[in-house]
Amino acid sequence: MTYTGSSYGTSAGMPPVQPIPFSHQHHVGVLGIDCRYCHTSVESSSFAGIPPTKTCMNCHSQMWVGSEMLQPVRESYRTNTPIRWKRVYNIPGFAYFDHSIHVQKGIGCSSCHGRIDEMPFTYQQPSLLMTWCLDCHRHPENEIRPREFVFDMKYQKPADQRSLGAKLMDDYHIRDAHDLTSCSVCHR
Amino acid sequence: MNSRKNLGPTLSRLQQQLDVQGPRKYWQSLDEIAGEPSFQELVKQEFPVLADIWPSALSRRKFLALMGASLGLAGVSGCSVRPAPEGTIVPYVRQPEQVTPGIPLFFATAMVHGGEAVGLLVESHEGRPTKVEGNPNHPGSRGATSIFHQASVLTLYDPSRSQTVTHQDHVRGWDDAEAAIELALAEQRKSGGAGLRILTEPVFSPSLADQIQQLLNDFPQAKWHQYEPVNDGVAMAALEAAFGESVSPIYDFSKADVVLALDADFLSEGPGALVYASDFMDRRRVRTGENDAGQASMNRLYSVETAVSCTGAKADHRLAVRMSEIEGIARAIAAAIGVEGVSGTDGTHEKWCAAVARDLKQHRGKSIVLAGARQPKNVHLLAAAINETLGNVGQTIRYIVPPAAKPEDPLASLQDLARDIEQGKVQSLFILGGNPAYTAPADLRLSELLKNVTQTFHLSLFKDETSRLCQWHLPETHYLEAWSDGRAFDGTPSVGQPLIQPLYEGRSAREFIALLRGQRDADGRQLVRSFWKQEWQKTHLNGSDGDFEQFWRSALHDGVIGQAAEHKQVALRPDWQDQLTQQNGTGDTGENNLELVFQADPAIHDGRYAMNGWLQELPKPISKLTWGNAALMSPKTASKLGLSYESFAHGGEHGGFDVPLVDLQLDERAVTAPVWIMPGHADDSVTVYLGHGRRSAAKANGEWQETLGFNAYELRSSEAMWFAPGLKVSVRSEAYPLACTQARHLETKHGVIRSATLEEYRHDPRHAVEHKEEQEGGKLVQIEQPITLYKDFHYDPPQHKWGMSIDLTTCVGCNACVMACQAENNIPVVGKEQVLAGREMHWLRVDRYMSGSMDQPEEFHFQPLPCMHCEHAPCEYVCPTAATVHSAEGLNDMVYNRCVGTRFCSNNCPYKVRRFNFLEYADFKNETRRMQYNPDVTVRSRGVMEKCTYCVQRIRQAEINADAASRPIADGEVLTACQAVCPTKAIVFGDINDASSTVAKWKKSPLDYGLLAELNTYPRTTYLAAVRNPNPELEQG
Repeated sequence: MTYTGSSYGTSAGMPPVQPIPFSHQHHVGVLGIDCRYCHTSVESSSFAGIPPTKTCMNCHSQMWVGSEMLQPVRESYRTNTPIRWKRVYNIPGFAYFDHSIHVQKGIGCSSCHGRIDEMPFTYQQPSLLMTWCLDCHRHPENEIRPREFVFDMKYQKPADQRSLGAKLMDDYHIRDAHDLTSCSVCHR
Repeated sequence: MNSRKNLGPTLSRLQQQLDVQGPRKYWQSLDEIAGEPSFQELVKQEFPVLADIWPSALSRRKFLALMGASLGLAGVSGCSVRPAPEGTIVPYVRQPEQVTPGIPLFFATAMVHGGEAVGLLVESHEGRPTKVEGNPNHPGSRGATSIFHQASVLTLYDPSRSQTVTHQDHVRGWDDAEAAIELALAEQRKSGGAGLRILTEPVFSPSLADQIQQLLNDFPQAKWHQYEPVNDGVAMAALEAAFGESVSPIYDFSKADVVLALDADFLSEGPGALVYASDFMDRRRVRTGENDAGQASMNRLYSVETAVSCTGAKADHRLAVRMSEIEGIARAIAAAIGVEGVSGTDGTHEKWCAAVARDLKQHRGKSIVLAGARQPKNVHLLAAAINETLGNVGQTIRYIVPPAAKPEDPLASLQDLARDIEQGKVQSLFILGGNPAYTAPADLRLSELLKNVTQTFHLSLFKDETSRLCQWHLPETHYLEAWSDGRAFDGTPSVGQPLIQPLYEGRSAREFIALLRGQRDADGRQLVRSFWKQEWQKTHLNGSDGDFEQFWRSALHDGVIGQAAEHKQVALRPDWQDQLTQQNGTGDTGENNLELVFQADPAIHDGRYAMNGWLQELPKPISKLTWGNAALMSPKTASKLGLSYESFAHGGEHGGFDVPLVDLQLDERAVTAPVWIMPGHADDSVTVYLGHGRRSAAKANGEWQETLGFNAYELRSSEAMWFAPGLKVSVRSEAYPLACTQARHLETKHGVIRSATLEEYRHDPRHAVEHKEEQEGGKLVQIEQPITLYKDFHYDPPQHKWGMSIDLTTCVGCNACVMACQAENNIPVVGKEQVLAGREMHWLRVDRYMSGSMDQPEEFHFQPLPCMHCEHAPCEYVCPTAATVHSAEGLNDMVYNRCVGTRFCSNNCPYKVRRFNFLEYADFKNETRRMQYNPDVTVRSRGVMEKCTYCVQRIRQAEINADAASRPIADGEVLTACQAVCPTKAIVFGDINDASSTVAKWKKSPLDYGLLAELNTYPRTTYLAAVRNPNPELEQG
């Protein structure tokens, strides 16, 4: 059990080698680009969306146009061949996660993805074991934040998180733990 | 081969059992009613006794080869401590405007099948069409679909589809074909096309017909023929003779109180069936206070037919007669009604005919008499005359210009072509779609004739029997890959949009005709669009391009591009009686004169869907046979032929039968067929399904694929397209295994099916539910309070409490729900061998029950059976790994990743709705096949139990949508796949906690009952008992 739960078993904390050394630290932390500029469907779809090459080229047709590092991006755009990114958050096929509803209900990006704005290379922050999902589904009040802070990477839980969480559970009509831990909520 | 038990009851013993058991009892199969101890024992075993986990190597290879799209063996994936293998994410380079990954889009399109185009909405996941729904805006669909529409998406991804052009079986390119076509046409141009022939299936597409007409203008001497083996050519010719012009009837069942179907299965096949079933069944939902006297009312259906059809099964009175006797009955009824110039009585069925005629006469202007497409001209004439005499025309029946682009008798058209070929007049033959070499009447010897044509080209979806005989085979696009148009049963035109680029080198019929007209790279979209632009300009003389663009876009969006055909005022010609030909062969029921009847297969139709595994494995509505056909006959006829019912049941909840083989001989033609005894079939008559036993159904992986069953076309001649006397049957000594899925499922003594007559219902609405058991002397344990050791579940609002209700009155047994479930929930096909072993995977099945005597069953009932989602679910208590548990909303959840395959749950389920994935049935390997899978549902591997989830993926999506908008889920927002496609809305699903929901109302109906509720399971799915409306005159013995 220790072995499967270890970061070797879960792949947590290990950034895969990507075809382009994209840095969230640079784009989010330094430049301050909003998550939704690239991950456009995070509020509307189960899938947050990986930006099409076109999104990269919106800026990179103007800046760093000669950069060797960005050669694969320009190549993709020119030849109409998609970039094949390595998946960082691998969820098994029998588990269905929906970004939109989590974002709607006040779960911040950083709750699951960690301080993306401080990651030069993106890695999986939590274990992604079922127990990790259930921690929150059993006690959503520990994690919920006001909706306006969902995309705030620097958000810190307040000292009165439990009472704030309880209030937000009520405001956002969040179901109770019994409901949220039904198997078919995620498995189908 | 394996340890099987010989149930072996003889027919006479079965009959005796029924005789002594007295009052109405529902039964499912012959050996059930025998009450054999061995049967009782087998009923208790869920899984059949089969020694080998794999069938013999040879037969397994055969069935694997058969079903490219449906089967495949995938490698076993290894275990790893890592949660999932490294994957990749491949985003778009430029994301299309409307696409949001993760959110499916729906596009309106249309599919042509069986003489009509039905409007569909097709679900597309990032460009992959995965599921078909009906288009609620389309007059031929109203949101419903048939099994054929549901299964069409599997054909799209069938890897055995034709992928390249071939010439004499060698792979070529389109440019080679184009060169050959140009050469052939250059030759023809000299003679104005005297040796040029085009053979299509009957065309319902205005644009394609227009194109062909233009081609014929280029080649004035050329001819266009149309042929389809299952057609309404006789009806069309009869009506033309009766009215003096070509018309098609349209029925309005919403206004009909009495319906007489003469061999017409209007509830499940033929143009308009989806709408007719809907309208007809709307008049059968008993609602108190509906008629003038404030009583509940219903329509009444009489059916005269040979084999049992869905319509016959739903009839209040069904008369089983030989096909050749139907004309006599039509005459007797016409005479009794007072149709001028018609006389005749039917001695045998005098009372029946008189009663029906009286009932019809009492409902002048509110009745319908239908004649089926298989009936001869006389019956159609008589039906038209009865309707006119009763004043139904203009009320319940209207006539319109036929939706077909060029209405003609397909048989006559094909005979013309055959004659021309025989006389050496044909040099270049272009066959667009269809498979005439396989489906043509045997006496035309079309296969041989094709060899006499200098240049033959066949454009088709599969490389089939006809392609094999033609020099050139050209791959055709699937309807989901091409632009098309077509007319609904009422003439409403619609445009079919492609959902995906052609997977292979296919071209559409339109693009192909354009090629014949010298346009090498014609764009299908332009062809269809420019035709409709011309049509539009006829009514919009000053319309701008912008206006048309707006019209075009809204037509594509809505799926309808015009109005229904106008009604035609027609009257019978005064001399219509002269058209009635001499009646033939009615009384000819001599001892040795057997009648052979042909019928399109209820699942694979005329054979065109033979490569579709979903349809092959779909249990046929009445016989519940899968994978092949049989010679259907009544128990009496079987006895007469000396066929004792010595079946070897393979045991278990369902599975196989070893039945005798017979040789069927008609004139000099003969085939060998297995026998299936069908209670309710007319005596001295044998029905065979067309479409099976194909020898070259497709060329895939370099081999010609065969399909199971025997080829009934070999017996069919142009003189007797639908039935013929003089059948000789000789019994062989061998036996043949047939895969039947409902030999037995449930013990029936607890009132599995409950029904009442309308009279009984009026007297006491609870009659069906409560009094049924007393009548039968059984005891129904009524449980008022849950008896349980376990803690109760609570579902206080706003918590949802999902539930389902199924109306047995309105279910017509069409199987659309089963197909929809298969498409939505990634249910695999297992093959005949596995069905024989009782391992089919359908999450939803439709059981059929009969009552009455074996020779004359009185009632037939269909019962769709999904998981009951019991409140006290027996499966949940026995699972050692908690893989099946109760959800907070009352769903009986099945968690695949927890399941270790003990199968305890299935053993403990009284409804037998759980399916175990014995082998790796799902195809994880074939890239093309995989494209069909619904990404919202897990594709199950082997070793896990699976079952109906109430389409939980749809519930979750609706919940998320509603939650995101902070609003409650509206009633009807969650449609399960089975509910969505049902033409008669026999299935409703919703929140029982919401008192205003339809499902909550149905559950309060006095007809509501829980299946096997006495077992204390508290099923979440309940049924509305069937209500029938028999004619009291015929009821009194």
